[in-house]
Amino acid sequence: MAIPFAWFAVVLLIITSAGLLLVRDWRWSIILLAAQYVGMFVLTLQHWPIGMASVKVVAGWMSAAILGMTRSGLSTEDPREESIWPRGRLFRLFAAVIILLIVSVVTPSVDHIMADAGFAVTNGSLLLIGMGLLHLGITARILPVTVGLMTVLAGFEILYSSVEGSVLVAALLAVINLGLALVGSYLMLASNTQETESL
Amino acid sequence: MNAPTLWIIVPILLGVLLLFVNNQRVLSVLGGLFAVGLALIAQFVPLEVAMKLGSYSLKIDSSLIVLGRVLLIQPAEGSLLALIYGAAALWFFGAEASKTATRLVPMGFMIIALMVAAIAVQPFLYAALFIEMAILIAIPMLTTIYTPPGRGVVRFLIYQTLAMPFILVAGWLLAGVEASPGDLALTAQSAAMLGMGFAFLLAIFPLYNWIPLLLEESSPYVVGFLLWIVPTITIIFGAGFLDRYSWLRSSPQLIIALRYIGLLMVVSGGAFAAFQRHLGRIMAYGSIAETGFSLLALSLDFRLGIPILFLLIPARALGLAVWALSLTIIKENVETMRFGAAQGILRITPLAGAGMIVATLSTAAFPLLAGFPARLALWESLSHISLNSALWMAIGIIGLLTSAFRSLAVISMAEEYTSWKPRENRAQIIMLGLGMIGLFILGLFPQTLQFLLADLPLMFEHLGR
Repeated sequence: MAIPFAWFAVVLLIITSAGLLLVRDWRWSIILLAAQYVGMFVLTLQHWPIGMASVKVVAGWMSAAILGMTRSGLSTEDPREESIWPRGRLFRLFAAVIILLIVSVVTPSVDHIMADAGFAVTNGSLLLIGMGLLHLGITARILPVTVGLMTVLAGFEILYSSVEGSVLVAALLAVINLGLALVGSYLMLASNTQETESL
Repeated sequence: MNAPTLWIIVPILLGVLLLFVNNQRVLSVLGGLFAVGLALIAQFVPLEVAMKLGSYSLKIDSSLIVLGRVLLIQPAEGSLLALIYGAAALWFFGAEASKTATRLVPMGFMIIALMVAAIAVQPFLYAALFIEMAILIAIPMLTTIYTPPGRGVVRFLIYQTLAMPFILVAGWLLAGVEASPGDLALTAQSAAMLGMGFAFLLAIFPLYNWIPLLLEESSPYVVGFLLWIVPTITIIFGAGFLDRYSWLRSSPQLIIALRYIGLLMVVSGGAFAAFQRHLGRIMAYGSIAETGFSLLALSLDFRLGIPILFLLIPARALGLAVWALSLTIIKENVETMRFGAAQGILRITPLAGAGMIVATLSTAAFPLLAGFPARLALWESLSHISLNSALWMAIGIIGLLTSAFRSLAVISMAEEYTSWKPRENRAQIIMLGLGMIGLFILGLFPQTLQFLLADLPLMFEHLGR
C-alpha cells in the first residue's frame, strides 16, 4: 500500500490513542479502539498481504465488540477511579504530547534496528506502545486496563509484522487479542458483582 | 499418533470437557488419573520407536505441523513431560482437599498443555505466545465471576502480557546477532530486550509485587499452582535461549547478571519473608526466593548448574503444593491469614499448620527436607566461585528460616487451656500427610527421582554436557 496512506493511518492512530486517554464515556472508548484497528490494518498492509492483515482488523473488531457488549450490560456509571490516579484531561493531554515527542525522537533509531520497517510503520507502532503504556500507568479500572493492553499489543504487532510473516504467529496473536478481550470482559463482570450487590 | 497431539491437544480437549463436570471429587480423581497416565506414557513409551502390540504396530511420532510451523517433542524430553504431568497429578489430586477442583483441574490441564506447547514449538521463541495464552486462561482460575478482582490479578495480567512483546522482539534481534556477532550495539539491545521479557515473566525484583497481592486475594492453592508451573517452564524456556545462542552462553556478563539477580531474589525474598505478618505473603516471598535459587543454578558452570536446576523442580512442585494446600485449609478456618487472626490455629488445623511449617523449612533448605539436597549442592558450587555470593545466599536462607520459626510461634501460640479441635477432613489429612512424607523422602533419599532427572540435561544440545 502507498506510503501516504500509511501516514494517514499514523494520524488516525494519534487521534484514536490520544482519544482513548481523554474520553470518559466507554462507548467512545470502544469506537476509538475499533478505529485504531483500522489504522493498524493499514500499517500492517505495508508488509503483509491483505488476507493476513485482515486477520488483525477482524480480531481487533471482534475484541472491541466483546468488550462493548459486556460493558453495555453493566451499570451505566463507571466505577470511581482511586484518587491517587491523575484524572485531569489536561494532564493526560500533556502526557500524550510528551509520548508523541519521545516517539518522534526515537523513531529513526528503532526503524534502523527493525530492519528499516518504514518510518510510518515504526512511528505508528511506537506511538501505540507508548500511549498504551501511559494508559496502563494512569488507571486501575478493568476496561481502560484492557484497552491499554490491547493498544500496546497492537503497537507491537504492527512492528513485529515487519519482521515476521508467519501464519502461526498471526493466528496466535489474533487468539491472544480475543482472549484478552474475553478476560477483560470476565473481569468487568466480576467487578460489577460487588456494585450490583451493594445497590 | 504423535507426541504433540498426545501431550498438548488431548489435555486441552480434556480440560474443555472437564469444564462441564461439577463434582469436586470426580474432577480431582479424573484429572489426577489422566495426568498420571500421561506421565507414565511419557516416561515409559519411547518416541519414534515402533512397538508391536499383538497384531498392531504403534509408533508415536515426535512432531506435528501446525500452520507451517512444527510442534516437536524430542525423545529426550520424555522425562520432562513425565515430571510436569506427574507434578500436575499431585496438584490435581490435592484439588479436592482444597475445594478448588472445579477451577484448577480443567484450566490446569489447558495451562499445562500450553506450557508443553511452549517447550515444543519451533522456532522456540514462539513459546512466549503460548505462555501468554496460558496466562489468559489462568485469570478465570484466579478470580471467580462472583468476586471483584483485586489489584494482584490485574497486575499479574499486565506484567505477564508485557513480557511477550519483549521476548518476541528479542528472539528476532538475537537472530541478527547470530548473523553479525561483532555488532555490539545490536547485542546489547537484544540482551536488554531479553532481560526485560524474562524480568516480567519470572517476576524478577522489583516486578514481583503481584505475587504477595495474589496470595492475599486468591485461593493459595490456585496461586501456588501458577507459582509452580509458570516459573518452571519459563526457566526451561530461558535455558533454551542459552542453549541455542553460543554468545549468550559464553557471555561472562550474562552469567554475572544471572548470579546477581538470583541473589537479589533469594535475599529480598528471604528478607521480606522474615518481616511479613501474613502467612500468604510469606509463601509469596518463599516462591520468589525459589525462583532466585533456579537463577543461581543457571549462573553456575552448566555441567553442574543444569542438573541442580532440574533437582530444584520436584522439590519446588511438592513444597509449593503442600504449602499452598496447608494455607488453603488454614484460610478456611480463619478470618484472614494475618498473624493476629491465625494465632493458635495449630489447635484447629494441626496437619495444615505442620504442612505449612515443613514446606517453609524445605524452601529454606532445612536438612532432611526436599529442598535441602539441591540447595546444598547449589551453595557448595556457588562457594567455589564466590564466597561472598554464598554468604548472601545464606542470608536469604536465614530470612526464610526466620519466617518459618515466626510462623510456627504464631500458629502454636494459643490461649492457655485451649483444647485441640482438629477440623481437617479425611481428604485433607491424607493429602497433607502424603505430601509431608514426600518432602521427607525427597530430603532423605534425593536419588529417588534420579530415574526421572538423570536424562533431563539431554534435552539441551549444549548445556549440561
